[in-house]
Amino acid sequence: MGVEQGGSSPLGPGGAPSLKGPGKHLLKPYLGTWRIILPGTPGVLPSVCLTLPPHQEVSSDGAPGAYPSKNKRTHLPTVWELESGAGVGRSFRGERKGGPWTFEERPGVKVVSAGKHCVLCGIVNKSEVYKDVLSEFVPLYQDFENFYTRNLYMRIRDSWNRPICSVPGAKFDILERVSYDYNWTFKYTGRIVNDVINMGSYNYLGFAENSGVCADAAAEITLKYGVGVCSTRREIGNLDKHEELEKLAAKFLGVDAAMAFGMGFATNSMNIPALVGKGCLILSDELNHASLVLGARLSGATIRVFKHNNMQSLEKLLKDAIVHGQPRTHRPWKKILILVEGIYSMEGSIVHLPDIVSLKKKYKAYLYLDEAHSIGALGPTGRGVVEYFGLDPRDVDIMMGTFTKSFGAAGGYIGGTKELVDYLRTHSHSAVYATSMSPPVVEQIIASMKCIMGEDGTTLGQERVQQLAENTRYFRRKLQEMGFIIYGNDDSPVVPMMLYMPAKIGAFGREMLKRNIGVVVVGFPATPIIESRARFCVSAAHTKEMLDTALNVINEVGDLLQLKYSRHRLVPLLDRPFDETTYEENED
Amino acid sequence: MTLAPADAGQQQDGVRATVGVSGDGASLLRAQANRELKEGIKLKTPKFFKKLTASMNEIEEIIEEWQPEPLVPRMSKEKPAPSYNIVSGPPCHKITVNGKQCINFASFNFLGLLDNDRVKNQALQSLRKYGVGTCGPRGFYGTFDVHLELEDRLAKFMRTEEAIIYSYGFATIASAIPAYSKRGDIVFVDEAACFSIQKGLQASRSHIKYFRHNDMEDLERILKQQELEDQKNPRKARVTRRFIVVEGLYMNTGAICPLPELVKLKYKYKVRIFLEESLSFGVLGQHGRGVTEHFGVNIDDIDLISANMENSLASVGGFCCGRSFVIDHQRLSGQGYCFSASLPPMLASAAIEALNIMEEDQDIFRLLRDKCKLIHKELQGISGLKVVGESISPAFHLQLEQSSGSRESDVRILNRIVEYCMDRKIALTQAHYLEKEEKFLPPPSIRVVVTVEQTEEELEMAANLIKEAAQNILQ
Repeated sequence: MGVEQGGSSPLGPGGAPSLKGPGKHLLKPYLGTWRIILPGTPGVLPSVCLTLPPHQEVSSDGAPGAYPSKNKRTHLPTVWELESGAGVGRSFRGERKGGPWTFEERPGVKVVSAGKHCVLCGIVNKSEVYKDVLSEFVPLYQDFENFYTRNLYMRIRDSWNRPICSVPGAKFDILERVSYDYNWTFKYTGRIVNDVINMGSYNYLGFAENSGVCADAAAEITLKYGVGVCSTRREIGNLDKHEELEKLAAKFLGVDAAMAFGMGFATNSMNIPALVGKGCLILSDELNHASLVLGARLSGATIRVFKHNNMQSLEKLLKDAIVHGQPRTHRPWKKILILVEGIYSMEGSIVHLPDIVSLKKKYKAYLYLDEAHSIGALGPTGRGVVEYFGLDPRDVDIMMGTFTKSFGAAGGYIGGTKELVDYLRTHSHSAVYATSMSPPVVEQIIASMKCIMGEDGTTLGQERVQQLAENTRYFRRKLQEMGFIIYGNDDSPVVPMMLYMPAKIGAFGREMLKRNIGVVVVGFPATPIIESRARFCVSAAHTKEMLDTALNVINEVGDLLQLKYSRHRLVPLLDRPFDETTYEENED
Repeated sequence: MTLAPADAGQQQDGVRATVGVSGDGASLLRAQANRELKEGIKLKTPKFFKKLTASMNEIEEIIEEWQPEPLVPRMSKEKPAPSYNIVSGPPCHKITVNGKQCINFASFNFLGLLDNDRVKNQALQSLRKYGVGTCGPRGFYGTFDVHLELEDRLAKFMRTEEAIIYSYGFATIASAIPAYSKRGDIVFVDEAACFSIQKGLQASRSHIKYFRHNDMEDLERILKQQELEDQKNPRKARVTRRFIVVEGLYMNTGAICPLPELVKLKYKYKVRIFLEESLSFGVLGQHGRGVTEHFGVNIDDIDLISANMENSLASVGGFCCGRSFVIDHQRLSGQGYCFSASLPPMLASAAIEALNIMEEDQDIFRLLRDKCKLIHKELQGISGLKVVGESISPAFHLQLEQSSGSRESDVRILNRIVEYCMDRKIALTQAHYLEKEEKFLPPPSIRVVVTVEQTEEELEMAANLIKEAAQNILQ
């Protein structure tokens, strides 16, 4: 096995390569040397990784405009980016709220370039299953995709699509499966892995339940209404339940009116085209979800992408757009729509909403806020990112969110002025062409939303919101103390933990499951290929014991796989109990 | 603008020269020079900045002046937004629309499974086991054993290798098309294709070539045209994928596609066929397998079949089926599959139970067809209204024989017919479209839906009522 040197990898200072022979175990990461890693985990592909000395760490101290000016990272464009035209280079993430806060760059280029990796993987020709019978036809999909699937994804795909057979609550049961052909096919052993701690589902407020008030209400409606509707809202599928939900949602959000849709993804992709069109400009965050990108693309509007959560980049685009108008004709834009998310699902970062609102007001743009992950999960009473920053919901023109996550149901909503919602009722693609929401799902949302609002006469919902906030802080703090690099805001229940190397994706997922923790690992194409990560989603349903168990296991696996990349780990808070007044301490 | 800095530079040079020439009293001179220099800069630079600040002001003015259009167009007071019908209670055979109890001739509940107790109980059991939501996409612990079972069952039912389920009917074909067809590829589409197909095509950014509705000669003509173009540029042709996208039973016209001819064209011109069967699945064919069974076409000749589970199966969501080579690709490339939360397990369980019922009771499809033929026959010969659609199609259209002049007035007339029937216990609906979004806007129509739950008397009653309404309103 040879050691390759990445053609474009910059040699850092003092980077005289002292090569070490292939060892049988993981070598301690060592500053300033190349290192070779042969993960000893069975099933993990042997790979050679070249490590360069760390770049300096870049911190964003929270002052406005303290965004790093230059992007030092080498960034391989992902297929997604190439296709969507999104993101030319990614900026550093900076967060404001939540105290002094640093974001670590990856210590050293822990990069295994895709090509190198794949070459080392060797090409497995097990593709007889995947042979097209129509050989005379033009191949159905691209060679690169084939290559990627065959050589990277296939080897670690046992970490995804794990079938579960229980409620996706704080713990779940997983169907055990094995593969005797390097994950090309899976066999179910018939055994069930019980009580796996669920760190993967978006069950922020723990409403994924099969008993209790919400499930009872949904059960009643199932018997009364059945599960389908068989028509669209516009025709004859507008049930009284839908109207009830929309009134409640409007009240919950603090807006005039709201409309609910059957699928969160479609809420974005089918309503943005109703709002903007040709001659309009969409300014979209580079890390926006695929549904927003698709909606923007379907609308026919011009799309420009600003750097993730970067207000300077956004302001520049706004200013340029207004001053220069449309390309070629220089006609003024009809409308400018800013698309952002509340919490970014792969980064855990919270949008800088106050700044965006002031920019939007200054430049008379419209703001579309996707609260898929933040609704219910942020703010003192779970009203989302708007409440978190203490803003007025009326400052956001289009409040969009999903019912999949915090409410334990399915679907999405759009809230805003009465004019907006009335317009959508006649112009939304979803309302005219798509079957309306299933009644029991609607009832689950109504029941859980009432619970959060305290309309059921209890404080249970409020307690869940607080529990989530506590769990989030505790979990994030502990991970930092252990020396992991985690992304995102302190208050964000989405906790991405960096693995960097694609080979560690599979290893981490497997080792965690071996120890009865279910985690989500993410790699290309959802993230750049060099920024593979694990993502934990904290839930209000997690007890402290569960979190501690999970943390211990993460610690153990982190040592095993050498994942503690952080160079300034937090000092443990000893015996002091965790409370709101706890402040951050840095070793350096 | 460029003059100002150049001036400043000359001044500077001048000062330096003075200092250089007079050696004595250098400090005095230097002080003077410095002063001059400072003054010079002071004098000269304002011009430079003035111009910049002026343009800054201009920028601010432009920003100040720019007035965007309102986010949504203001609704005119004379034409208020049409409100939805409100259905109270379950939307099954007997339906209460706006407080009026009616017999449902509008929901796509072809097999009457919406109100089926077996389906409801199965959904309930599933709810008690899994809860409602899945809290994640398929990749991240959103795959439940019932999803796998449903996919397996669907594949077996359709006799294909594999099936994949989506959580939203509309998103099924709209995600499936762009998973395969990319920029530069060519898609041949029937003009009457439904809106979700149109959105899928738009998302794919491929070249789209429309052929006249169900006109195979027209299709062959454009296929030949393409063949000629390919001969000019064979290198490009080798990498250009070609697809025909058709519906089994057209939502917009109630017509059945001529599948055998399409299959012939497929092999002749090397074009893959994508078939959208939302209406024909669970309706056509002896076992309800759709248009392939109806024509006796080998299902392997169709590259991809997509259908939703929101009509015959009376659940929510959709599925695609076909060969594993084709279908499996969507598990990484189907956007609506990868990036969306998976189908609530109770809805998957309901669909499984509905499939059970379809497999057990094959008479149900024949029954449905008989009822379709019955009402179709009854509705013939109404003066002023024409029936559009096959006689075995459970969803067909009633269009005005002669337009009254404008689309708006046509819609108003049809609406009066709908309301006339609604007042007399028959719930109908117009087919609604987004008029500005449709590529080929179908003429306004009333869509009549036949289900197995409707008795012969009810069918006759409906037919008579529509006749009566047409007589009263159109004459």
